[in-house]
Amino acid sequence: MEILIEDHQMLLNSATGYLAKKQSVAAFRALRDGDEPLGYDATAYRQMADLGWMGLVLPEEYGGSDFGYRAAGLIAEQMGRNLTAMPFVSTAILSATILREIGGDMLTEWGMKIAMGECVVALAIDEGAKHRPGQIKTQAVRDGDGYLLSGDKSFIADGMGADRLIVSAMLEGELTLFWLDPLEACFGTSCCDIAPQKLLDHRNYASFYIKNCRLNENTLIAKGEVAEKALAKALCAGRAVVAAEQLGMAKECAARTVEYLNTRKQFGVLIGVFQTLQHRMAHLYCEIEQTSSLVAQALNAIDENAEECEKLSRAAKAKVAKLGKLATEEAVQMHGGIGMTDELDLGLFMKRDRVLTEFLGDAACHIEWLLREQKI
Amino acid sequence: MNEVEIFRSEVKTWLADHCPPEMRMPITDDEICWGGRDFVFINNAQHSWLNDMAARGWTVPAWPKSYGGGGLNGDKQKILAEELTNINARSPLQSFGISMLGPALLEYGSEQQKLLYLPQIARGEIRWCQGYSEPDAGSDLASVKTKGVDDGDDFIVSGQKVWTSYADQADWIFCLVRTEPDEPKHKGISFLLFDMKSKGVSTKPIKLISGSSPFCETFFDEVRVPKTNIIGGRGEGWTIAKYLLTHEREMIGSSDLLFGGDDVCGTARDAIGLDDDGQLDDPILRAEIGGFIVDEMAFDAHMDMTKAYMRAGNQLGARSAELKYLGTELNKTRQNLLMASGGVDALTWEDVGNLAPQAPRSWLRSKGNSIEGGTSEIMLSILSKAILKIPS
Repeated sequence: MEILIEDHQMLLNSATGYLAKKQSVAAFRALRDGDEPLGYDATAYRQMADLGWMGLVLPEEYGGSDFGYRAAGLIAEQMGRNLTAMPFVSTAILSATILREIGGDMLTEWGMKIAMGECVVALAIDEGAKHRPGQIKTQAVRDGDGYLLSGDKSFIADGMGADRLIVSAMLEGELTLFWLDPLEACFGTSCCDIAPQKLLDHRNYASFYIKNCRLNENTLIAKGEVAEKALAKALCAGRAVVAAEQLGMAKECAARTVEYLNTRKQFGVLIGVFQTLQHRMAHLYCEIEQTSSLVAQALNAIDENAEECEKLSRAAKAKVAKLGKLATEEAVQMHGGIGMTDELDLGLFMKRDRVLTEFLGDAACHIEWLLREQKI
Repeated sequence: MNEVEIFRSEVKTWLADHCPPEMRMPITDDEICWGGRDFVFINNAQHSWLNDMAARGWTVPAWPKSYGGGGLNGDKQKILAEELTNINARSPLQSFGISMLGPALLEYGSEQQKLLYLPQIARGEIRWCQGYSEPDAGSDLASVKTKGVDDGDDFIVSGQKVWTSYADQADWIFCLVRTEPDEPKHKGISFLLFDMKSKGVSTKPIKLISGSSPFCETFFDEVRVPKTNIIGGRGEGWTIAKYLLTHEREMIGSSDLLFGGDDVCGTARDAIGLDDDGQLDDPILRAEIGGFIVDEMAFDAHMDMTKAYMRAGNQLGARSAELKYLGTELNKTRQNLLMASGGVDALTWEDVGNLAPQAPRSWLRSKGNSIEGGTSEIMLSILSKAILKIPS
């Protein structure tokens, strides 16, 4: 129902064309079957940067286009439809937003690199089975003019092979963000290591453990209120953009299922003539439509720096979790046995959807926040 | 200042001068202005508010000026709506003429009919009711049997309508009548307008599980209706009926009366209380409310997007079915949660000093939301066919 502004419509058209041609589900399947260690195609990553997608939320003076988060959501939605595997959310949304919030030399140096597609920066904030960025055990202590860092991190999207990791830790009782060069960290020694985490969506995830790893003074990029604010903004944006990606996946599953209802015959008729399937499909359509509006509203609110952007991004992430489950389950069920086969793509959507539901917090995590906000 | 800003400042000034303080208070069901020949205004403020707004064409800001409207474009409609909300102004006029018949007349009426009926609607002079459903034509609305027998310059209308909202208070009716009995089902219906004071019209109210209701049964015993009162051509009634239904569904799906009601969180907090952590002292109900909050935010966002879409000049068409389905199902969930939140308190049917407590009545009434104006199942069938293009 949303009416897009002209710039956004043009961006969407170019994304739709490019992804369908170069980064379709078949491309993802090839990455998976080829056991590509990075989980994405490094050449295609550069192409994507050439299209301007890596700098969407970065200011123009740092090589970005400042198109904003609504625009990023449009790209993410199309990536969802195509199951495109790229370090887009990790680098162009989460890390770029943190850099943008912090500003200064860090933004000057790394903003440009991100916009040009010359680096991958991953965010290491999760530690346990559930996303709890406010309750972390990773600790840093001062050590002369530097720091000693200890802790475990996991579920780090695009963490393997990343040029830098942004790591959250507690220092003197305050949230602190460190800028870690994996080559300078003591990974590979007996007390520290980083390893791929192979999850069911076959993307690039890392986990690491670190004990008393010495970091230079200049690795601390934000502490206390600055760190809280930068991370909050990044998570707000990340949730809404991931919601857009998951929304795209739900739309694709629904579109493929409608197509199937119009081609598959049983009992001598197209199965679409059965009202029970029609009604379930129409219900899914309605859910997709209202979730689309919520996701768009959340992204617009972030662009407008509106007060309710956190509330909306959490609601969008929670709503899309419910939608994704409905869409993928209905797609498999209505396809029947063939829906269960690896040959059909639906399983790939279901697996990715399950992972994204946990990524940056599941429905319960965000509903809990909304309930507290309502003071009940 | 640009044109839009000038308009906003004009609206502000005009509203400050013309919207009486009594019309800036929250409204109850009994205080709605429906207009019509026999309408009794609750006070002078209600009367002058209607007259002043109608004189500017702002009871129907989007309609052309020649038909009593405001002739405002989408941007200006939005500004007027915002400024009315800012001062908590009551709607000057609620009417099926505005929300249902008007759009159909604008689309299908002759110039003469538009000039006759639309200004009366805009000024709140004639109150309309809708003669659609019949005892044997509910979801299968096109099977209406009320007949209009050709008799020279007139039709002689006989039959029965049901679920005719406010038929007992309406001045005129827009009615689906089978005038072409030999044509196929969907091609034999005409869309007729006639005066409820005509000889042979009678009504009888219907009592619902929620108590008294605006619904009526309406009977026609050889009512004489001039052929000039037909909208569109003979046998074109179904096309008009469907068009009008999209507006009705839009109205039901977005009704402030459906959604302005009690807030679930506040009711739960007051009735159940909070534990030491400040959380509702009923964790399972709390989780259900959490799911509802998210669904409600999604629907609100969708309504906002829909309003913007329509202000840009787009018609909703079959998509009104998605608003109707989502809005009414959500309202049933809200009412269920309000009952659960209120607990035993919400069960009171009659109390000293309050003969008709709202909670149980609203809950029961909401069960009809997913039936009236087309059932949820009909909405899903429409969406499947018209939007998803699934074969039926």
